[in-house]
Amino acid sequence: MTTLLNVKDLRAYYGQVQALHGLSFSLNEGSLTTLLGANGAGKTTTLRAICNMVRSTGGIEFDGKPLNNRSTESIVRFGIAHVPQGRGTFTTMTVEENLQLGAITRKDSAGIVADIERMYAHFPVLKQRHTQQAGTLSGGEQQMLAVARALMLRPRLMLLDEPSFGLAPLVVRDLFGILGKINREDKVSILVVEQNAQLALELADQAYVIETGRIVMSGKAKDIANNEEIRKSYLGY
Amino acid sequence: MELFTNQVLAGIATGAIYACMALAVVMIYQAIDHLNFAQGEMAMFSTFISWQLMQWGVSYWAAFLITLAFSFVAGIAIERILFKPLAKAPVLTNVAGFIALFAIINSSAGLIWDFTIKQYPTPFGSAPFLGSQLISTHQAGMIGVTVLLLLGLYFFFQYTRIGLAMRAAASVPESARLVGINTSWMIALGWGMATAIGSIAGMLIAPVVFLEPNMMGGVLIYGFAAAVLGGLSSPFGAVVGGFLVGIFENLAGTYIPGVGNELKLPIALALIISVLVVKPAGLFGRHIVKRV
Repeated sequence: MTTLLNVKDLRAYYGQVQALHGLSFSLNEGSLTTLLGANGAGKTTTLRAICNMVRSTGGIEFDGKPLNNRSTESIVRFGIAHVPQGRGTFTTMTVEENLQLGAITRKDSAGIVADIERMYAHFPVLKQRHTQQAGTLSGGEQQMLAVARALMLRPRLMLLDEPSFGLAPLVVRDLFGILGKINREDKVSILVVEQNAQLALELADQAYVIETGRIVMSGKAKDIANNEEIRKSYLGY
Repeated sequence: MELFTNQVLAGIATGAIYACMALAVVMIYQAIDHLNFAQGEMAMFSTFISWQLMQWGVSYWAAFLITLAFSFVAGIAIERILFKPLAKAPVLTNVAGFIALFAIINSSAGLIWDFTIKQYPTPFGSAPFLGSQLISTHQAGMIGVTVLLLLGLYFFFQYTRIGLAMRAAASVPESARLVGINTSWMIALGWGMATAIGSIAGMLIAPVVFLEPNMMGGVLIYGFAAAVLGGLSSPFGAVVGGFLVGIFENLAGTYIPGVGNELKLPIALALIISVLVVKPAGLFGRHIVKRV
Protein backbone atom coordinates (compact mmCIF):
# COMPACT_ATOMS: atom_id res chain seq x y z
CA MET A 1 0.00 0.00 0.00
CA THR A 2 1.39 3.41 -0.94
CA THR A 3 1.26 6.46 1.26
CA LEU A 4 -0.85 9.21 -0.29
CA LEU A 5 -0.61 11.86 2.39
CA ASN A 6 2.24 12.17 4.81
CA VAL A 7 2.17 14.80 7.55
CA LYS A 8 5.28 15.27 9.66
CA ASP A 9 5.82 17.40 12.74
CA LEU A 10 3.02 19.79 11.79
CA ARG A 11 2.79 22.95 13.88
CA ALA A 12 0.10 25.54 13.20
CA TYR A 13 -0.50 29.01 14.59
CA TYR A 14 -3.40 31.45 14.88
CA GLY A 15 -1.52 34.69 15.42
CA GLN A 16 0.60 34.05 18.50
CA VAL A 17 -1.39 31.04 19.61
CA GLN A 18 -0.03 27.65 18.67
CA ALA A 19 -2.80 25.19 17.85
CA LEU A 20 -0.84 22.14 16.66
CA HIS A 21 2.27 20.94 18.48
CA GLY A 22 4.18 18.69 16.12
CA LEU A 23 1.53 16.40 14.75
CA SER A 24 2.47 13.49 12.48
CA PHE A 25 0.29 11.00 10.66
CA SER A 26 -0.09 9.39 7.27
CA LEU A 27 -2.87 8.17 5.05
CA ASN A 28 -2.66 5.30 2.59
CA GLU A 29 -3.97 5.45 -0.95
CA GLY A 30 -7.56 4.22 -0.99
CA SER A 31 -7.98 4.40 2.77
CA LEU A 32 -10.74 6.01 4.75
CA THR A 33 -9.00 7.52 7.75
CA THR A 34 -10.60 9.39 10.59
CA LEU A 35 -9.17 12.01 12.95
CA LEU A 36 -10.98 11.99 16.26
CA GLY A 37 -10.81 14.27 19.23
CA ALA A 38 -12.72 16.65 21.45
CA ASN A 39 -13.63 20.26 20.74
CA GLY A 40 -10.52 22.39 20.25
CA ALA A 41 -8.18 19.43 19.90
CA GLY A 42 -6.92 20.70 16.53
CA LYS A 43 -8.86 18.56 14.06
CA THR A 44 -10.11 21.41 11.92
CA THR A 45 -6.75 23.15 12.12
CA THR A 46 -5.06 20.02 10.77
CA LEU A 47 -7.30 20.01 7.70
CA ARG A 48 -6.87 23.75 7.23
CA ALA A 49 -3.09 23.38 7.49
CA ILE A 50 -3.08 20.73 4.75
CA CYS A 51 -4.77 23.25 2.43
CA ASN A 52 -2.58 26.10 3.64
CA MET A 53 -5.47 28.08 5.10
CA VAL A 54 -3.60 28.62 8.35
CA ARG A 55 0.06 29.45 9.04
CA SER A 56 1.99 26.26 9.71
CA THR A 57 5.43 24.67 9.71
CA GLY A 58 6.42 21.05 9.21
CA GLY A 59 6.23 18.69 6.29
CA ILE A 60 3.09 17.92 4.30
CA GLU A 61 3.62 15.60 1.34
CA PHE A 62 0.92 14.53 -1.06
CA ASP A 63 1.83 11.67 -3.37
CA GLY A 64 5.50 12.39 -2.66
CA LYS A 65 5.23 16.10 -3.51
CA PRO A 66 5.56 18.77 -0.82
CA LEU A 67 2.50 21.01 -0.36
CA ASN A 68 4.13 23.60 1.88
CA ASN A 69 4.07 27.22 0.71
CA ARG A 70 1.60 26.57 -2.07
CA SER A 71 -1.57 28.62 -2.28
CA THR A 72 -4.87 27.00 -1.32
CA GLU A 73 -6.15 27.14 -4.89
CA SER A 74 -3.05 25.42 -6.30
CA ILE A 75 -3.23 22.65 -3.66
CA VAL A 76 -6.78 21.95 -4.82
CA ARG A 77 -5.40 21.33 -8.31
CA PHE A 78 -3.40 18.37 -6.98
CA GLY A 79 -6.75 16.65 -6.53
CA ILE A 80 -7.43 17.47 -2.89
CA ALA A 81 -11.04 18.42 -2.26
CA HIS A 82 -11.82 20.01 1.09
CA VAL A 83 -15.36 20.10 2.45
CA PRO A 84 -14.99 22.76 5.12
CA GLN A 85 -16.74 23.06 8.44
CA GLY A 86 -20.12 24.70 7.86
CA ARG A 87 -20.15 23.19 4.35
CA GLY A 88 -19.03 26.32 2.48
CA THR A 89 -22.12 26.32 0.28
CA PHE A 90 -22.43 29.07 -2.33
CA THR A 91 -25.83 29.92 -0.89
CA THR A 92 -26.89 32.53 -3.46
CA MET A 93 -26.24 30.23 -6.40
CA THR A 94 -28.25 27.33 -7.70
CA VAL A 95 -27.51 23.74 -6.80
CA GLU A 96 -26.28 23.06 -10.32
CA GLU A 97 -23.98 26.09 -10.26
CA ASN A 98 -22.50 24.80 -7.01
CA LEU A 99 -21.69 21.53 -8.76
CA GLN A 100 -20.19 23.33 -11.75
CA LEU A 101 -18.00 25.33 -9.38
CA GLY A 102 -16.67 22.09 -7.93
CA ALA A 103 -15.34 21.28 -11.40
CA ILE A 104 -14.15 24.79 -12.22
CA THR A 105 -10.51 23.67 -12.57
CA ARG A 106 -11.39 20.92 -15.02
CA LYS A 107 -11.28 21.40 -18.80
CA ASP A 108 -13.31 18.39 -20.03
CA SER A 109 -16.79 19.84 -20.44
CA ALA A 110 -18.31 16.53 -21.55
CA GLY A 111 -16.89 14.83 -18.45
CA ILE A 112 -18.29 17.58 -16.23
CA VAL A 113 -21.79 17.16 -17.66
CA ALA A 114 -21.55 13.40 -17.13
CA ASP A 115 -20.29 13.87 -13.57
CA ILE A 116 -23.16 16.19 -12.69
CA GLU A 117 -25.54 13.43 -13.78
CA ARG A 118 -23.53 10.95 -11.69
CA MET A 119 -23.93 13.21 -8.64
CA TYR A 120 -27.67 13.37 -9.26
CA ALA A 121 -27.67 9.57 -9.25
CA HIS A 122 -25.74 9.51 -5.94
CA PHE A 123 -27.96 12.21 -4.42
CA PRO A 124 -31.39 12.20 -6.07
CA VAL A 125 -32.60 15.05 -3.87
CA LEU A 126 -30.09 17.36 -5.58
CA LYS A 127 -31.61 16.61 -8.95
CA GLN A 128 -35.06 17.57 -7.72
CA ARG A 129 -33.66 20.86 -6.49
CA HIS A 130 -31.09 21.59 -9.19
CA THR A 131 -32.47 25.03 -10.13
CA GLN A 132 -33.10 26.03 -6.53
CA GLN A 133 -30.85 28.45 -4.61
CA ALA A 134 -28.50 26.32 -2.54
CA GLY A 135 -29.17 28.43 0.56
CA THR A 136 -32.76 27.20 0.63
CA LEU A 137 -31.66 23.57 1.08
CA SER A 138 -31.90 21.88 4.46
CA GLY A 139 -28.75 21.19 6.45
CA GLY A 140 -28.58 17.59 5.33
CA GLU A 141 -29.15 18.49 1.70
CA GLN A 142 -26.45 21.14 1.90
CA GLN A 143 -24.03 18.56 3.27
CA MET A 144 -24.89 16.24 0.38
CA LEU A 145 -24.30 19.16 -1.98
CA ALA A 146 -20.95 19.91 -0.32
CA VAL A 147 -19.80 16.32 -0.77
CA ALA A 148 -21.05 16.28 -4.37
CA ARG A 149 -19.30 19.59 -5.06
CA ALA A 150 -16.05 18.14 -3.73
CA LEU A 151 -16.45 15.01 -5.85
CA MET A 152 -16.89 17.14 -8.97
CA LEU A 153 -13.16 17.83 -8.75
CA ARG A 154 -12.59 14.10 -9.29
CA PRO A 155 -10.36 14.24 -6.25
CA ARG A 156 -7.79 11.68 -5.19
CA LEU A 157 -8.21 12.77 -1.60
CA MET A 158 -11.26 14.23 0.05
CA LEU A 159 -10.99 16.09 3.36
CA LEU A 160 -14.23 16.26 5.32
CA ASP A 161 -14.62 18.50 8.34
CA GLU A 162 -17.34 17.21 10.69
CA PRO A 163 -19.85 16.15 8.05
CA SER A 164 -22.26 15.00 10.76
CA PHE A 165 -22.43 18.40 12.42
CA GLY A 166 -25.99 19.60 12.97
CA LEU A 167 -27.60 16.72 11.09
CA ALA A 168 -30.30 14.35 12.28
CA PRO A 169 -28.97 10.85 13.12
CA LEU A 170 -30.78 9.22 10.19
CA VAL A 171 -29.37 11.73 7.76
CA VAL A 172 -25.89 11.10 9.17
CA ARG A 173 -26.28 7.34 8.62
CA ASP A 174 -27.30 8.02 5.05
CA LEU A 175 -24.39 10.35 4.43
CA PHE A 176 -21.81 8.03 5.95
CA GLY A 177 -23.17 5.18 3.85
CA ILE A 178 -22.60 7.27 0.73
CA LEU A 179 -19.08 8.21 1.87
CA GLY A 180 -18.21 4.55 2.28
CA LYS A 181 -19.57 3.81 -1.17
CA ILE A 182 -17.58 6.67 -2.74
CA ASN A 183 -14.45 5.37 -1.01
CA ARG A 184 -14.94 1.82 -2.26
CA GLU A 185 -16.38 2.38 -5.71
CA ASP A 186 -14.78 5.63 -6.87
CA LYS A 187 -11.46 4.85 -5.14
CA VAL A 188 -11.37 8.26 -3.46
CA SER A 189 -9.19 8.33 -0.36
CA ILE A 190 -10.97 10.10 2.47
CA LEU A 191 -9.75 11.86 5.60
CA VAL A 192 -12.69 12.63 7.84
CA VAL A 193 -12.60 14.68 11.00
CA GLU A 194 -15.36 13.80 13.46
CA GLN A 195 -16.67 14.35 16.93
CA ASN A 196 -19.11 11.54 16.47
CA ALA A 197 -16.43 8.93 17.18
CA GLN A 198 -18.66 5.88 17.26
CA LEU A 199 -20.00 6.41 13.78
CA ALA A 200 -16.67 7.48 12.32
CA LEU A 201 -14.95 4.36 13.68
CA GLU A 202 -17.59 2.15 12.08
CA LEU A 203 -16.91 3.76 8.74
CA ALA A 204 -13.12 4.18 8.78
CA ASP A 205 -10.30 1.68 8.43
CA GLN A 206 -7.61 3.78 10.13
CA ALA A 207 -8.04 6.16 13.03
CA TYR A 208 -6.00 8.77 14.86
CA VAL A 209 -6.94 10.44 18.11
CA ILE A 210 -5.83 14.06 18.67
CA GLU A 211 -5.62 15.83 21.97
CA THR A 212 -4.46 19.45 22.33
CA GLY A 213 -2.65 19.49 19.03
CA ARG A 214 -0.86 16.14 19.29
CA ILE A 215 -1.62 12.60 18.14
CA VAL A 216 -2.16 10.51 21.26
CA MET A 217 -3.39 7.27 19.70
CA SER A 218 -3.41 5.59 16.33
CA GLY A 219 -4.33 2.27 14.87
CA LYS A 220 -6.95 0.30 13.02
CA ALA A 221 -10.39 1.79 13.53
CA LYS A 222 -11.70 -1.61 14.62
CA ASP A 223 -9.10 -1.97 17.39
CA ILE A 224 -9.69 1.52 18.73
CA ALA A 225 -13.44 0.98 18.72
CA ASN A 226 -12.97 -2.27 20.66
CA ASN A 227 -10.59 -0.83 23.23
CA GLU A 228 -12.81 0.22 26.09
CA GLU A 229 -10.10 2.22 27.85
CA ILE A 230 -9.39 4.45 24.86
CA ARG A 231 -13.07 4.87 24.23
CA LYS A 232 -13.74 6.00 27.78
CA SER A 233 -10.76 8.29 28.22
CA TYR A 234 -10.62 9.95 24.80
CA LEU A 235 -13.81 9.40 22.90
CA GLY A 236 -16.40 9.69 25.63
CA TYR A 237 -18.73 6.84 24.82
CA MET B 1 -48.35 65.06 -20.83
CA GLU B 2 -45.72 65.59 -23.50
CA LEU B 3 -43.54 67.32 -20.92
CA PHE B 4 -43.94 64.35 -18.61
CA THR B 5 -43.02 61.78 -21.30
CA ASN B 6 -40.13 63.96 -22.37
CA GLN B 7 -38.77 64.20 -18.85
CA VAL B 8 -39.16 60.47 -18.22
CA LEU B 9 -37.31 59.59 -21.43
CA ALA B 10 -34.54 62.08 -20.68
CA GLY B 11 -34.40 60.58 -17.20
CA ILE B 12 -33.98 57.10 -18.63
CA ALA B 13 -31.14 58.38 -20.81
CA THR B 14 -29.15 59.92 -17.96
CA GLY B 15 -30.32 57.05 -15.77
CA ALA B 16 -28.47 54.72 -18.14
CA ILE B 17 -25.24 56.52 -17.25
CA TYR B 18 -26.02 56.37 -13.51
CA ALA B 19 -26.74 52.68 -13.96
CA CYS B 20 -23.29 52.13 -15.48
CA MET B 21 -21.59 54.05 -12.67
CA ALA B 22 -23.65 52.23 -10.03
CA LEU B 23 -22.78 48.91 -11.63
CA ALA B 24 -19.08 49.76 -11.60
CA VAL B 25 -19.31 50.76 -7.93
CA VAL B 26 -21.23 47.59 -7.02
CA MET B 27 -18.79 45.33 -8.84
CA ILE B 28 -15.88 46.66 -6.83
CA TYR B 29 -17.94 46.72 -3.64
CA GLN B 30 -18.80 43.05 -4.12
CA ALA B 31 -15.16 42.19 -4.68
CA ILE B 32 -13.51 44.13 -1.84
CA ASP B 33 -16.33 45.50 0.37
CA HIS B 34 -15.37 49.12 -0.17
CA LEU B 35 -16.96 51.99 -2.08
CA ASN B 36 -14.65 53.26 -4.78
CA PHE B 37 -14.81 57.06 -4.39
CA ALA B 38 -12.41 57.40 -7.32
CA GLN B 39 -14.70 55.55 -9.77
CA GLY B 40 -15.80 58.84 -11.34
CA GLU B 41 -12.28 60.19 -11.71
CA MET B 42 -11.15 56.94 -13.30
CA ALA B 43 -14.01 57.28 -15.80
CA MET B 44 -13.09 60.92 -16.42
CA PHE B 45 -9.45 60.02 -17.10
CA SER B 46 -10.51 57.32 -19.54
CA THR B 47 -12.75 59.82 -21.31
CA PHE B 48 -9.79 62.17 -21.68
CA ILE B 49 -7.75 59.34 -23.19
CA SER B 50 -10.43 58.77 -25.81
CA TRP B 51 -10.62 62.52 -26.47
CA GLN B 52 -6.84 62.67 -26.89
CA LEU B 53 -6.95 59.75 -29.32
CA MET B 54 -9.59 61.55 -31.35
CA GLN B 55 -7.48 64.72 -31.33
CA TRP B 56 -4.73 62.61 -32.88
CA GLY B 57 -7.12 61.64 -35.64
CA VAL B 58 -8.38 58.26 -34.45
CA SER B 59 -12.03 57.67 -35.37
CA TYR B 60 -14.68 57.70 -32.64
CA TRP B 61 -15.35 53.96 -32.41
CA ALA B 62 -11.67 53.02 -32.65
CA ALA B 63 -10.92 55.47 -29.84
CA PHE B 64 -13.86 54.02 -27.90
CA LEU B 65 -12.49 50.48 -28.14
CA ILE B 66 -8.89 51.45 -27.40
CA THR B 67 -10.11 53.36 -24.35
CA LEU B 68 -12.06 50.31 -23.16
CA ALA B 69 -8.93 48.18 -23.39
CA PHE B 70 -6.81 50.86 -21.71
CA SER B 71 -9.32 51.21 -18.87
CA PHE B 72 -9.49 47.47 -18.34
CA VAL B 73 -5.71 47.19 -18.02
CA ALA B 74 -5.48 50.35 -15.90
CA GLY B 75 -8.14 49.04 -13.53
CA ILE B 76 -6.21 45.82 -13.02
CA ALA B 77 -2.99 47.78 -12.50
CA ILE B 78 -4.59 50.03 -9.87
CA GLU B 79 -5.84 46.98 -7.97
CA ARG B 80 -2.49 45.18 -8.14
CA ILE B 81 -0.41 48.20 -7.14
CA LEU B 82 -2.62 50.06 -4.67
CA PHE B 83 -5.44 47.92 -3.30
CA LYS B 84 -4.05 44.39 -3.22
CA PRO B 85 -1.51 45.44 -0.56
CA LEU B 86 -4.40 47.09 1.36
CA ALA B 87 -6.61 43.99 1.25
CA LYS B 88 -6.27 43.26 4.97
CA ALA B 89 -5.96 46.90 6.06
CA PRO B 90 -8.70 48.61 8.11
CA VAL B 91 -11.57 50.41 6.38
CA LEU B 92 -10.16 53.89 6.95
CA THR B 93 -6.86 52.97 5.32
CA ASN B 94 -8.77 51.90 2.25
CA VAL B 95 -10.84 55.09 2.31
CA ALA B 96 -7.59 57.08 2.43
CA GLY B 97 -6.38 55.03 -0.54
CA PHE B 98 -9.48 55.89 -2.55
CA ILE B 99 -9.23 59.58 -1.72
CA ALA B 100 -5.55 59.59 -2.68
CA LEU B 101 -6.43 57.90 -5.97
CA PHE B 102 -9.18 60.49 -6.52
CA ALA B 103 -6.78 63.38 -5.96
CA ILE B 104 -3.97 61.88 -8.03
CA ILE B 105 -6.17 61.18 -11.06
CA ASN B 106 -7.98 64.50 -10.83
CA SER B 107 -4.77 66.53 -10.64
CA SER B 108 -2.99 64.53 -13.31
CA ALA B 109 -5.87 65.11 -15.70
CA GLY B 110 -5.73 68.82 -14.89
CA LEU B 111 -1.98 68.84 -15.39
CA ILE B 112 -2.06 67.02 -18.73
CA TRP B 113 -5.21 68.50 -20.28
CA ASP B 114 -5.84 71.60 -18.05
CA PHE B 115 -9.16 72.52 -16.48
CA THR B 116 -10.85 74.31 -19.38
CA ILE B 117 -14.11 72.82 -20.58
CA LYS B 118 -13.85 70.87 -23.83
CA GLN B 119 -16.43 69.81 -26.39
CA TYR B 120 -16.79 66.05 -26.69
CA PRO B 121 -18.25 64.52 -29.85
CA THR B 122 -21.15 62.13 -30.06
CA PRO B 123 -21.28 59.46 -32.75
CA PHE B 124 -25.06 59.52 -32.67
CA GLY B 125 -25.64 63.19 -33.51
CA SER B 126 -28.16 65.29 -31.61
CA ALA B 127 -31.04 65.40 -34.03
CA PRO B 128 -34.52 64.42 -32.82
CA PHE B 129 -34.69 60.63 -32.56
CA LEU B 130 -36.92 59.13 -35.28
CA GLY B 131 -38.32 62.58 -35.95
CA SER B 132 -39.75 62.81 -32.44
CA GLN B 133 -39.07 65.85 -30.27
CA LEU B 134 -39.20 63.67 -27.15
CA ILE B 135 -35.65 62.38 -27.23
CA SER B 136 -32.46 63.08 -29.16
CA THR B 137 -30.42 60.55 -31.07
CA HIS B 138 -27.59 60.88 -28.56
CA GLN B 139 -29.95 60.11 -25.69
CA ALA B 140 -31.28 57.12 -27.60
CA GLY B 141 -27.67 56.08 -28.23
CA MET B 142 -26.87 56.30 -24.51
CA ILE B 143 -29.78 54.02 -23.73
CA GLY B 144 -28.90 51.64 -26.57
CA VAL B 145 -25.24 51.25 -25.64
CA THR B 146 -26.11 50.73 -21.98
CA VAL B 147 -28.71 48.09 -22.77
CA LEU B 148 -26.20 46.24 -24.97
CA LEU B 149 -23.60 46.45 -22.22
CA LEU B 150 -26.03 45.12 -19.61
CA LEU B 151 -27.08 42.23 -21.82
CA GLY B 152 -23.43 41.38 -22.46
CA LEU B 153 -22.63 41.46 -18.75
CA TYR B 154 -25.66 39.35 -17.91
CA PHE B 155 -24.57 36.76 -20.44
CA PHE B 156 -20.99 36.85 -19.17
CA PHE B 157 -21.87 36.33 -15.50
CA GLN B 158 -24.66 33.84 -16.09
CA TYR B 159 -23.29 31.62 -18.82
CA THR B 160 -19.49 31.66 -18.82
CA ARG B 161 -17.25 29.73 -16.48
CA ILE B 162 -15.10 32.73 -15.70
CA GLY B 163 -18.24 34.73 -14.86
CA LEU B 164 -19.35 31.93 -12.56
CA ALA B 165 -15.92 31.89 -10.92
CA MET B 166 -16.05 35.67 -10.39
CA ARG B 167 -19.47 35.42 -8.75
CA ALA B 168 -18.24 32.60 -6.53
CA ALA B 169 -15.14 34.53 -5.51
CA ALA B 170 -17.25 37.55 -4.58
CA SER B 171 -19.88 35.63 -2.61
CA VAL B 172 -17.86 33.07 -0.59
CA PRO B 173 -14.11 33.71 -1.11
CA GLU B 174 -12.95 30.85 1.10
CA SER B 175 -15.08 28.23 -0.64
CA ALA B 176 -14.02 29.68 -3.98
CA ARG B 177 -10.37 29.06 -3.12
CA LEU B 178 -11.29 25.54 -2.01
CA VAL B 179 -12.63 24.69 -5.45
CA GLY B 180 -9.43 26.06 -6.98
CA ILE B 181 -10.41 29.61 -7.98
CA ASN B 182 -7.66 32.21 -7.80
CA THR B 183 -9.77 34.78 -5.95
CA SER B 184 -7.08 37.41 -5.98
CA TRP B 185 -7.10 37.55 -9.79
CA MET B 186 -10.88 37.49 -9.84
CA ILE B 187 -10.82 40.70 -7.80
CA ALA B 188 -8.34 42.24 -10.24
CA LEU B 189 -10.55 41.18 -13.14
CA GLY B 190 -13.52 42.81 -11.39
CA TRP B 191 -11.55 46.05 -11.14
CA GLY B 192 -10.67 45.89 -14.82
CA MET B 193 -14.28 45.35 -15.84
CA ALA B 194 -15.62 48.01 -13.48
CA THR B 195 -13.13 50.53 -14.83
CA ALA B 196 -14.06 49.70 -18.42
CA ILE B 197 -17.78 50.06 -17.59
CA GLY B 198 -17.06 53.40 -15.93
CA SER B 199 -15.21 54.57 -19.03
CA ILE B 200 -18.28 53.82 -21.16
CA ALA B 201 -20.35 55.96 -18.81
CA GLY B 202 -17.78 58.75 -19.06
CA MET B 203 -17.63 58.69 -22.85
CA LEU B 204 -21.42 58.65 -23.17
CA ILE B 205 -22.09 61.48 -20.72
CA ALA B 206 -19.20 63.73 -21.85
CA PRO B 207 -21.16 65.28 -24.77
CA VAL B 208 -23.84 66.29 -22.24
CA VAL B 209 -21.79 67.58 -19.28
CA PHE B 210 -18.72 68.54 -21.39
CA LEU B 211 -15.22 67.26 -20.81
CA GLU B 212 -13.22 68.58 -17.86
CA PRO B 213 -11.50 67.01 -14.83
CA ASN B 214 -14.49 67.52 -12.53
CA MET B 215 -17.13 66.28 -14.96
CA MET B 216 -17.93 63.07 -13.08
CA GLY B 217 -18.42 64.51 -9.58
CA GLY B 218 -22.18 64.85 -9.81
CA VAL B 219 -22.56 61.72 -11.90
CA LEU B 220 -20.77 59.58 -9.32
CA ILE B 221 -22.99 60.87 -6.52
CA TYR B 222 -26.03 59.88 -8.58
CA GLY B 223 -24.32 56.56 -9.21
CA PHE B 224 -23.87 56.06 -5.45
CA ALA B 225 -27.51 57.02 -4.89
CA ALA B 226 -28.53 54.47 -7.52
CA ALA B 227 -26.37 51.75 -5.97
CA VAL B 228 -27.73 52.43 -2.48
CA LEU B 229 -31.30 52.57 -3.75
CA GLY B 230 -31.00 49.27 -5.62
CA GLY B 231 -28.89 47.62 -2.96
CA LEU B 232 -25.09 47.45 -2.90
CA SER B 233 -25.20 43.67 -2.93
CA SER B 234 -27.23 43.48 -6.14
CA PRO B 235 -25.87 44.38 -9.60
CA PHE B 236 -29.40 44.09 -10.96
CA GLY B 237 -30.61 46.47 -8.25
CA ALA B 238 -27.88 48.95 -9.12
CA VAL B 239 -29.07 49.07 -12.72
CA VAL B 240 -32.73 49.50 -11.77
CA GLY B 241 -31.65 52.08 -9.19
CA GLY B 242 -29.77 53.98 -11.89
CA PHE B 243 -32.80 54.31 -14.12
CA LEU B 244 -35.07 55.20 -11.18
CA VAL B 245 -32.71 57.90 -9.95
CA GLY B 246 -32.44 59.35 -13.47
CA ILE B 247 -36.22 59.57 -13.84
CA PHE B 248 -36.73 60.81 -10.28
CA GLU B 249 -34.10 63.51 -10.72
CA ASN B 250 -35.75 64.86 -13.86
CA LEU B 251 -39.31 64.73 -12.54
CA ALA B 252 -38.34 66.40 -9.28
CA GLY B 253 -36.51 69.14 -11.20
CA THR B 254 -39.56 69.72 -13.40
CA TYR B 255 -42.50 69.40 -11.05
CA ILE B 256 -41.38 70.29 -7.55
CA PRO B 257 -41.36 74.07 -7.38
CA GLY B 258 -38.05 75.58 -6.37
CA VAL B 259 -35.96 72.52 -7.13
CA GLY B 260 -34.92 73.28 -10.69
CA ASN B 261 -31.43 72.51 -11.81
CA GLU B 262 -29.64 73.88 -8.78
CA LEU B 263 -31.21 71.65 -6.15
CA LYS B 264 -31.12 68.39 -8.12
CA LEU B 265 -27.97 67.14 -6.43
CA PRO B 266 -29.23 67.55 -2.85
CA ILE B 267 -32.21 65.47 -3.95
CA ALA B 268 -29.85 62.60 -4.76
CA LEU B 269 -28.28 62.91 -1.32
CA ALA B 270 -31.69 63.06 0.34
CA LEU B 271 -32.57 59.90 -1.56
CA ILE B 272 -29.44 58.10 -0.28
CA ILE B 273 -30.26 58.99 3.31
CA SER B 274 -33.95 58.10 3.07
CA VAL B 275 -33.16 54.70 1.59
CA LEU B 276 -30.55 53.98 4.24
CA VAL B 277 -33.03 54.84 6.97
CA VAL B 278 -36.07 53.03 5.57
CA LYS B 279 -34.55 50.07 3.76
CA PRO B 280 -30.84 49.76 4.51
CA ALA B 281 -30.30 46.83 2.16
CA GLY B 282 -31.86 48.73 -0.76
CA LEU B 283 -34.72 47.62 -3.01
CA PHE B 284 -33.07 44.43 -4.24
CA GLY B 285 -30.27 43.95 -1.72
CA ARG B 286 -30.16 40.93 0.50
CA HIS B 287 -30.14 41.05 4.22
CA ILE B 288 -27.44 38.65 5.23
CA VAL B 289 -29.13 36.15 7.50
CA LYS B 290 -26.97 33.52 9.09
CA ARG B 291 -28.16 30.15 10.26
CA VAL B 292 -27.05 29.48 13.80
